[in-house]
Amino acid sequence: MSKYLVDKFLYTVDRDPDLVERYRTAPRETVEWWEQSRANEVLNCHSGEASTWLRFTDSERSALIDHDHVALFELGAHPFLTLTLFIAMFERDHGPLEYQKAYGARLAHFSMPYPDIAT
Amino acid sequence: MASVVAVIASTHHPFYYRASTATGEDRPPFADEWVSKITAFRETLTRARPDVLVMVGSDHFHQLWLDNMPQFLVGKAPFYDANWYNEEREFGLPKMLLKGQEDLSAHILRAGLDEGFDLAFSNELRIDHSVTCPIITLRPEADLPIVPIYTNIFAPPLPQPKRFVQLGKAIREIVESWPSHLRVAIIGTGHLSLELGGPRQFGPHGPDPEFDRKAVEWIATGDLERCLAEVTLDSLHSPGNATHGFMDFMLMMGVAGAGAKADYVDSLDLFHTMEAYFTWYPSGAPA
Repeated sequence: MSKYLVDKFLYTVDRDPDLVERYRTAPRETVEWWEQSRANEVLNCHSGEASTWLRFTDSERSALIDHDHVALFELGAHPFLTLTLFIAMFERDHGPLEYQKAYGARLAHFSMPYPDIAT
Repeated sequence: MASVVAVIASTHHPFYYRASTATGEDRPPFADEWVSKITAFRETLTRARPDVLVMVGSDHFHQLWLDNMPQFLVGKAPFYDANWYNEEREFGLPKMLLKGQEDLSAHILRAGLDEGFDLAFSNELRIDHSVTCPIITLRPEADLPIVPIYTNIFAPPLPQPKRFVQLGKAIREIVESWPSHLRVAIIGTGHLSLELGGPRQFGPHGPDPEFDRKAVEWIATGDLERCLAEVTLDSLHSPGNATHGFMDFMLMMGVAGAGAKADYVDSLDLFHTMEAYFTWYPSGAPA
Protein backbone atom coordinates (compact mmCIF):
# COMPACT_ATOMS: atom_id res chain seq x y z
CA MET A 1 0.00 0.00 0.00
CA SER A 2 1.21 3.45 -0.84
CA LYS A 3 -1.79 5.51 0.18
CA TYR A 4 0.51 8.44 0.71
CA LEU A 5 1.61 8.36 -2.92
CA VAL A 6 -1.97 8.13 -4.20
CA ASP A 7 -2.82 11.16 -2.07
CA LYS A 8 0.29 12.92 -3.39
CA PHE A 9 -0.84 12.32 -6.96
CA LEU A 10 -4.34 13.68 -6.25
CA TYR A 11 -2.89 16.65 -4.36
CA THR A 12 -0.31 17.68 -6.93
CA VAL A 13 -2.65 17.26 -9.90
CA ASP A 14 -5.48 19.14 -8.18
CA ARG A 15 -3.37 22.24 -7.59
CA ASP A 16 -2.19 22.56 -11.21
CA PRO A 17 -4.82 23.65 -13.76
CA ASP A 18 -2.87 22.15 -16.70
CA LEU A 19 -2.48 18.83 -14.95
CA VAL A 20 -6.19 18.72 -14.09
CA GLU A 21 -7.00 18.95 -17.81
CA ARG A 22 -4.28 16.52 -18.78
CA TYR A 23 -5.45 13.93 -16.26
CA ARG A 24 -9.04 14.37 -17.43
CA THR A 25 -8.25 13.77 -21.08
CA ALA A 26 -5.24 11.43 -20.94
CA PRO A 27 -5.32 9.56 -17.62
CA ARG A 28 -3.00 6.69 -18.49
CA GLU A 29 -0.33 8.92 -19.99
CA THR A 30 -0.61 11.35 -17.06
CA VAL A 31 -0.40 8.70 -14.33
CA GLU A 32 2.55 6.95 -15.95
CA TRP A 33 4.41 10.21 -16.61
CA TRP A 34 3.72 11.41 -13.06
CA GLU A 35 4.91 8.17 -11.44
CA GLN A 36 8.04 8.25 -13.58
CA SER A 37 9.00 11.89 -13.17
CA ARG A 38 7.09 13.45 -10.27
CA ALA A 39 6.33 10.80 -7.66
CA ASN A 40 9.67 11.20 -5.90
CA GLU A 41 9.78 15.01 -5.75
CA VAL A 42 9.97 16.23 -2.16
CA LEU A 43 7.28 18.88 -2.22
CA ASN A 44 8.12 21.04 0.80
CA CYS A 45 11.77 21.32 -0.11
CA HIS A 46 13.95 23.33 -2.48
CA SER A 47 14.20 21.78 -5.91
CA GLY A 48 16.90 19.36 -6.86
CA GLU A 49 16.34 16.91 -4.03
CA ALA A 50 14.25 13.79 -4.46
CA SER A 51 13.25 10.56 -2.79
CA THR A 52 14.14 7.26 -4.42
CA TRP A 53 11.58 4.71 -3.27
CA LEU A 54 8.05 5.82 -4.09
CA ARG A 55 5.91 3.85 -6.53
CA PHE A 56 2.26 2.84 -6.88
CA THR A 57 0.96 -0.67 -6.36
CA ASP A 58 -0.71 -2.13 -9.45
CA SER A 59 -4.20 -1.63 -7.99
CA GLU A 60 -3.46 2.00 -7.10
CA ARG A 61 -2.09 2.73 -10.55
CA SER A 62 -5.13 1.11 -12.19
CA ALA A 63 -7.60 3.00 -9.99
CA LEU A 64 -5.98 6.29 -10.97
CA ILE A 65 -5.77 5.41 -14.68
CA ASP A 66 -9.43 4.32 -14.67
CA HIS A 67 -10.62 7.50 -12.89
CA ASP A 68 -12.20 4.99 -10.50
CA HIS A 69 -13.18 7.02 -7.43
CA VAL A 70 -14.90 3.99 -5.89
CA ALA A 71 -11.68 1.98 -6.00
CA LEU A 72 -9.74 4.96 -4.64
CA PHE A 73 -12.17 5.16 -1.70
CA GLU A 74 -11.71 1.44 -1.09
CA LEU A 75 -7.93 1.87 -1.13
CA GLY A 76 -8.11 4.56 1.54
CA ALA A 77 -7.24 7.57 -0.60
CA HIS A 78 -8.18 10.75 1.24
CA PRO A 79 -11.81 11.36 0.23
CA PHE A 80 -11.44 15.13 0.25
CA LEU A 81 -8.60 14.99 -2.27
CA THR A 82 -10.41 12.58 -4.56
CA LEU A 83 -13.67 14.52 -4.42
CA THR A 84 -12.08 17.90 -5.05
CA LEU A 85 -10.12 16.74 -8.08
CA PHE A 86 -12.98 14.71 -9.56
CA ILE A 87 -15.37 17.66 -9.20
CA ALA A 88 -12.80 19.76 -11.06
CA MET A 89 -12.66 17.22 -13.87
CA PHE A 90 -16.26 16.08 -14.23
CA GLU A 91 -18.75 18.47 -12.65
CA ARG A 92 -18.74 20.51 -15.88
CA ASP A 93 -20.43 17.62 -17.73
CA HIS A 94 -23.45 17.60 -15.39
CA GLY A 95 -26.24 19.75 -13.98
CA PRO A 96 -25.97 21.47 -10.56
CA LEU A 97 -24.94 18.94 -7.86
CA GLU A 98 -25.83 16.07 -10.20
CA TYR A 99 -22.24 14.85 -10.34
CA GLN A 100 -21.72 15.10 -6.56
CA LYS A 101 -24.89 13.11 -5.85
CA ALA A 102 -24.05 10.40 -8.40
CA TYR A 103 -20.53 10.24 -6.95
CA GLY A 104 -22.03 9.53 -3.51
CA ALA A 105 -24.54 7.02 -4.90
CA ARG A 106 -21.74 4.97 -6.47
CA LEU A 107 -20.30 4.57 -2.95
CA ALA A 108 -23.61 3.46 -1.43
CA HIS A 109 -22.41 -0.09 -0.79
CA PHE A 110 -19.87 1.12 1.78
CA SER A 111 -20.95 1.04 5.41
CA MET A 112 -19.18 2.13 8.56
CA PRO A 113 -16.36 1.89 9.24
CA TYR A 114 -15.10 3.24 5.94
CA PRO A 115 -11.66 2.23 4.69
CA ASP A 116 -8.89 3.71 6.82
CA ILE A 117 -7.38 6.90 5.36
CA ALA A 118 -4.43 7.16 7.76
CA THR A 119 -1.15 7.39 5.87
CA MET B 1 -3.68 43.77 29.15
CA ALA B 2 -5.63 42.95 26.00
CA SER B 3 -9.31 42.21 26.34
CA VAL B 4 -11.23 39.42 24.64
CA VAL B 5 -14.29 41.29 23.46
CA ALA B 6 -15.96 38.48 21.52
CA VAL B 7 -15.61 34.75 21.04
CA ILE B 8 -17.22 33.48 17.88
CA ALA B 9 -17.69 29.94 16.60
CA SER B 10 -19.10 29.25 13.18
CA THR B 11 -19.31 26.77 10.39
CA HIS B 12 -17.36 27.79 7.29
CA HIS B 13 -19.41 27.10 4.22
CA PRO B 14 -17.41 27.82 1.07
CA PHE B 15 -20.59 28.18 -1.00
CA TYR B 16 -21.74 31.29 0.90
CA TYR B 17 -19.73 33.77 -1.13
CA ARG B 18 -21.10 32.59 -4.46
CA ALA B 19 -24.66 32.13 -3.15
CA SER B 20 -24.75 35.58 -1.58
CA THR B 21 -23.37 37.40 -4.62
CA ALA B 22 -25.34 35.50 -7.28
CA THR B 23 -28.17 37.29 -9.04
CA GLY B 24 -31.10 36.36 -11.26
CA GLU B 25 -31.46 32.70 -12.19
CA ASP B 26 -28.09 31.87 -10.62
CA ARG B 27 -29.26 32.91 -7.15
CA PRO B 28 -30.23 29.84 -5.13
CA PRO B 29 -33.61 29.90 -3.36
CA PHE B 30 -32.02 29.76 0.09
CA ALA B 31 -29.66 32.71 -0.54
CA ASP B 32 -31.84 35.50 0.89
CA GLU B 33 -32.46 33.73 4.19
CA TRP B 34 -28.79 32.83 4.42
CA VAL B 35 -27.68 36.42 3.79
CA SER B 36 -30.13 37.67 6.37
CA LYS B 37 -28.79 35.28 9.01
CA ILE B 38 -25.19 36.14 8.18
CA THR B 39 -25.95 39.86 8.37
CA ALA B 40 -27.36 39.43 11.88
CA PHE B 41 -24.40 37.25 12.88
CA ARG B 42 -21.95 39.84 11.52
CA GLU B 43 -23.51 42.47 13.73
CA THR B 44 -22.50 40.45 16.81
CA LEU B 45 -18.85 40.98 15.88
CA THR B 46 -19.24 44.58 14.73
CA ARG B 47 -20.84 45.54 18.06
CA ALA B 48 -17.79 44.25 19.94
CA ARG B 49 -15.53 46.77 18.11
CA PRO B 50 -12.51 44.47 17.78
CA ASP B 51 -9.03 45.68 16.81
CA VAL B 52 -7.49 42.27 16.16
CA LEU B 53 -8.88 38.88 15.11
CA VAL B 54 -7.43 35.55 16.20
CA MET B 55 -8.68 33.15 13.54
CA VAL B 56 -8.80 29.39 14.22
CA GLY B 57 -9.26 27.14 11.21
CA SER B 58 -7.79 24.19 9.36
CA ASP B 59 -5.79 24.05 6.17
CA HIS B 60 -7.47 21.79 3.60
CA PHE B 61 -4.31 20.29 2.09
CA HIS B 62 -3.22 23.60 0.64
CA GLN B 63 0.05 24.66 2.23
CA LEU B 64 0.22 21.90 4.82
CA TRP B 65 0.92 18.51 3.37
CA LEU B 66 1.56 14.96 4.53
CA ASP B 67 5.34 15.26 4.22
CA ASN B 68 5.44 17.78 7.06
CA MET B 69 2.16 17.95 8.93
CA PRO B 70 1.83 20.04 12.09
CA GLN B 71 -0.97 19.36 14.57
CA PHE B 72 -1.31 22.98 15.71
CA LEU B 73 0.34 25.86 13.87
CA VAL B 74 0.39 29.60 14.51
CA GLY B 75 1.01 32.05 11.68
CA LYS B 76 3.52 34.79 12.41
CA ALA B 77 3.79 37.06 9.41
CA PRO B 78 3.09 40.69 8.53
CA PHE B 79 0.70 39.63 5.76
CA TYR B 80 -1.26 36.58 4.68
CA ASP B 81 -2.24 35.96 1.12
CA ALA B 82 -5.42 33.99 0.99
CA ASN B 83 -7.43 31.51 -1.00
CA TRP B 84 -6.06 29.05 -3.49
CA TYR B 85 -6.59 28.23 -7.13
CA ASN B 86 -8.79 25.22 -6.39
CA GLU B 87 -10.99 27.32 -4.08
CA GLU B 88 -11.40 29.91 -6.80
CA ARG B 89 -12.20 27.10 -9.22
CA GLU B 90 -14.73 25.24 -7.07
CA PHE B 91 -16.25 27.96 -4.90
CA GLY B 92 -15.53 31.19 -6.78
CA LEU B 93 -13.64 32.58 -3.77
CA PRO B 94 -11.65 35.77 -4.44
CA LYS B 95 -7.95 36.19 -3.80
CA MET B 96 -7.42 38.23 -0.61
CA LEU B 97 -4.59 39.83 1.34
CA LEU B 98 -4.90 40.14 5.10
CA LYS B 99 -2.64 41.96 7.52
CA GLY B 100 -0.98 40.07 10.34
CA GLN B 101 -0.57 41.04 14.01
CA GLU B 102 2.94 39.74 14.61
CA ASP B 103 3.24 40.87 18.23
CA LEU B 104 0.25 38.79 19.21
CA SER B 105 1.51 35.87 17.10
CA ALA B 106 4.84 36.00 18.94
CA HIS B 107 3.09 36.22 22.30
CA ILE B 108 0.84 33.23 21.54
CA LEU B 109 3.80 31.16 20.36
CA ARG B 110 6.00 31.97 23.35
CA ALA B 111 3.28 31.56 25.96
CA GLY B 112 1.80 28.51 24.23
CA LEU B 113 5.16 26.75 24.20
CA ASP B 114 5.67 27.65 27.84
CA GLU B 115 2.24 26.23 28.67
CA GLY B 116 3.14 22.86 27.15
CA PHE B 117 1.72 23.18 23.63
CA ASP B 118 4.47 22.42 21.11
CA LEU B 119 3.11 24.83 18.53
CA ALA B 120 4.49 24.89 15.02
CA PHE B 121 4.81 28.25 13.30
CA SER B 122 4.90 29.68 9.83
CA ASN B 123 6.42 32.95 8.65
CA GLU B 124 4.87 32.63 5.20
CA LEU B 125 1.38 31.22 5.29
CA ARG B 126 -1.18 31.37 2.55
CA ILE B 127 -4.48 30.83 4.29
CA ASP B 128 -7.55 29.09 2.93
CA HIS B 129 -11.32 29.21 3.20
CA SER B 130 -11.44 28.00 6.81
CA VAL B 131 -10.18 31.48 7.69
CA THR B 132 -11.45 33.53 4.77
CA CYS B 133 -15.05 32.30 4.95
CA PRO B 134 -15.51 33.89 8.39
CA ILE B 135 -13.74 37.02 7.16
CA ILE B 136 -16.24 37.17 4.29
CA THR B 137 -19.22 36.54 6.55
CA LEU B 138 -18.18 38.46 9.67
CA ARG B 139 -15.79 41.19 8.51
CA PRO B 140 -16.05 41.53 4.73
CA GLU B 141 -13.99 44.74 4.84
CA ALA B 142 -11.06 42.44 5.72
CA ASP B 143 -9.46 45.44 7.40
CA LEU B 144 -8.33 44.03 10.75
CA PRO B 145 -5.01 42.33 11.41
CA ILE B 146 -5.22 38.65 12.17
CA VAL B 147 -3.37 35.81 13.86
CA PRO B 148 -4.22 32.56 12.07
CA ILE B 149 -4.09 29.33 14.07
CA TYR B 150 -4.39 26.08 12.16
CA THR B 151 -5.44 22.76 13.65
CA ASN B 152 -5.18 19.33 12.09
CA ILE B 153 -8.69 17.88 11.81
CA PHE B 154 -7.94 16.39 8.44
CA ALA B 155 -4.95 14.07 8.28
CA PRO B 156 -4.85 11.27 10.86
CA PRO B 157 -3.39 10.72 13.38
CA LEU B 158 -5.22 13.66 14.94
CA PRO B 159 -4.91 15.10 18.45
CA GLN B 160 -7.59 14.02 20.92
CA PRO B 161 -10.74 16.17 21.28
CA LYS B 162 -9.75 17.16 24.83
CA ARG B 163 -6.52 18.60 23.45
CA PHE B 164 -8.51 20.98 21.26
CA VAL B 165 -10.47 22.08 24.33
CA GLN B 166 -7.27 22.53 26.34
CA LEU B 167 -5.70 24.58 23.57
CA GLY B 168 -8.79 26.77 23.34
CA LYS B 169 -8.68 27.43 27.06
CA ALA B 170 -4.98 28.26 26.83
CA ILE B 171 -5.51 30.62 23.87
CA ARG B 172 -8.08 32.56 25.87
CA GLU B 173 -5.70 32.94 28.84
CA ILE B 174 -2.75 33.77 26.60
CA VAL B 175 -4.63 36.50 24.72
CA GLU B 176 -5.81 37.95 28.02
CA SER B 177 -2.19 38.07 29.20
CA TRP B 178 -0.99 39.96 26.09
CA PRO B 179 0.43 43.30 27.24
CA SER B 180 -1.62 45.47 24.91
CA HIS B 181 -4.57 47.81 25.09
CA LEU B 182 -6.12 46.21 21.99
CA ARG B 183 -9.53 44.56 21.77
CA VAL B 184 -9.30 41.01 20.49
CA ALA B 185 -12.00 38.79 19.02
CA ILE B 186 -11.27 35.06 18.86
CA ILE B 187 -13.06 33.44 15.95
CA GLY B 188 -12.97 29.76 15.03
CA THR B 189 -14.68 27.72 12.39
CA GLY B 190 -15.40 24.05 12.06
CA HIS B 191 -18.16 21.69 11.01
CA LEU B 192 -21.16 19.94 12.38
CA SER B 193 -21.87 16.54 10.79
CA LEU B 194 -20.32 16.48 7.35
CA GLU B 195 -19.50 13.91 4.70
CA LEU B 196 -17.09 14.63 1.87
CA GLY B 197 -16.27 12.10 -0.82
CA GLY B 198 -18.39 9.39 0.79
CA PRO B 199 -21.82 7.82 0.24
CA ARG B 200 -23.68 10.30 2.46
CA GLN B 201 -22.41 13.49 0.84
CA PHE B 202 -24.60 16.27 -0.56
CA GLY B 203 -27.85 15.03 0.93
CA PRO B 204 -30.85 17.28 1.62
CA HIS B 205 -29.48 17.91 5.15
CA GLY B 206 -26.27 17.24 7.00
CA PRO B 207 -25.59 13.50 7.20
CA ASP B 208 -26.59 13.27 10.88
CA PRO B 209 -29.26 15.78 12.00
CA GLU B 210 -29.39 14.18 15.46
CA PHE B 211 -25.68 14.81 15.99
CA ASP B 212 -26.17 18.38 14.76
CA ARG B 213 -28.99 18.95 17.23
CA LYS B 214 -26.89 17.69 20.13
CA ALA B 215 -23.81 19.58 18.99
CA VAL B 216 -25.67 22.89 18.79
CA GLU B 217 -27.00 22.28 22.30
CA TRP B 218 -23.53 21.49 23.69
CA ILE B 219 -22.03 24.60 22.14
CA ALA B 220 -24.89 26.95 23.02
CA THR B 221 -24.86 25.88 26.67
CA GLY B 222 -21.08 25.43 26.98
CA ASP B 223 -21.66 21.83 28.00
CA LEU B 224 -18.10 20.63 27.65
CA GLU B 225 -18.63 17.83 30.12
CA ARG B 226 -21.27 16.07 28.03
CA CYS B 227 -19.55 16.93 24.78
CA LEU B 228 -16.25 15.43 25.94
CA ALA B 229 -18.07 12.40 27.34
CA GLU B 230 -19.72 11.64 24.01
CA VAL B 231 -17.14 12.73 21.45
CA THR B 232 -14.08 10.63 20.68
CA LEU B 233 -11.83 10.38 17.65
CA ASP B 234 -13.65 7.13 16.80
CA SER B 235 -17.16 8.39 17.45
CA LEU B 236 -16.72 11.32 15.06
CA HIS B 237 -16.57 8.98 12.07
CA SER B 238 -20.17 7.99 12.51
CA PRO B 239 -21.95 11.36 11.93
CA GLY B 240 -19.99 11.79 8.67
CA ASN B 241 -16.46 11.20 7.45
CA ALA B 242 -15.45 14.89 7.70
CA THR B 243 -17.02 15.50 11.11
CA HIS B 244 -13.65 15.71 12.85
CA GLY B 245 -13.90 19.40 11.96
CA PHE B 246 -16.25 19.55 14.94
CA MET B 247 -13.14 19.56 17.12
CA ASP B 248 -12.56 23.18 16.10
CA PHE B 249 -15.95 23.94 17.65
CA MET B 250 -14.72 22.14 20.76
CA LEU B 251 -11.62 24.32 20.74
CA MET B 252 -13.88 27.37 20.66
CA MET B 253 -15.91 25.97 23.58
CA GLY B 254 -12.59 25.87 25.41
CA VAL B 255 -12.03 29.53 24.51
CA ALA B 256 -15.51 30.48 25.70
CA GLY B 257 -15.10 28.47 28.91
CA ALA B 258 -16.89 25.52 30.51
CA GLY B 259 -20.51 26.35 31.19
CA ALA B 260 -20.40 29.58 29.21
CA LYS B 261 -23.78 30.07 27.61
CA ALA B 262 -23.56 31.65 24.17
CA ASP B 263 -25.04 35.15 23.94
CA TYR B 264 -26.09 34.56 20.35
CA VAL B 265 -27.10 31.27 18.71
CA ASP B 266 -28.44 30.70 15.24
CA SER B 267 -28.45 27.91 12.70
CA LEU B 268 -29.61 27.22 9.18
CA ASP B 269 -30.47 23.81 7.84
CA LEU B 270 -28.95 23.68 4.36
CA PHE B 271 -28.44 20.86 1.92
CA HIS B 272 -25.17 19.00 2.56
CA THR B 273 -24.48 20.41 6.03
CA MET B 274 -26.06 22.52 8.75
CA GLU B 275 -24.80 26.03 9.33
CA ALA B 276 -24.41 27.18 12.95
CA TYR B 277 -23.39 30.51 14.47
CA PHE B 278 -22.45 31.32 18.07
CA THR B 279 -21.18 34.45 19.82
CA TRP B 280 -20.07 34.92 23.41
CA TYR B 281 -19.23 38.24 25.06
CA PRO B 282 -16.76 37.41 27.86
CA SER B 283 -16.72 40.99 29.12
CA GLY B 284 -20.48 41.43 28.91
CA ALA B 285 -22.65 42.26 25.92
CA PRO B 286 -21.61 45.52 24.25
CA ALA B 287 -24.01 48.43 24.41
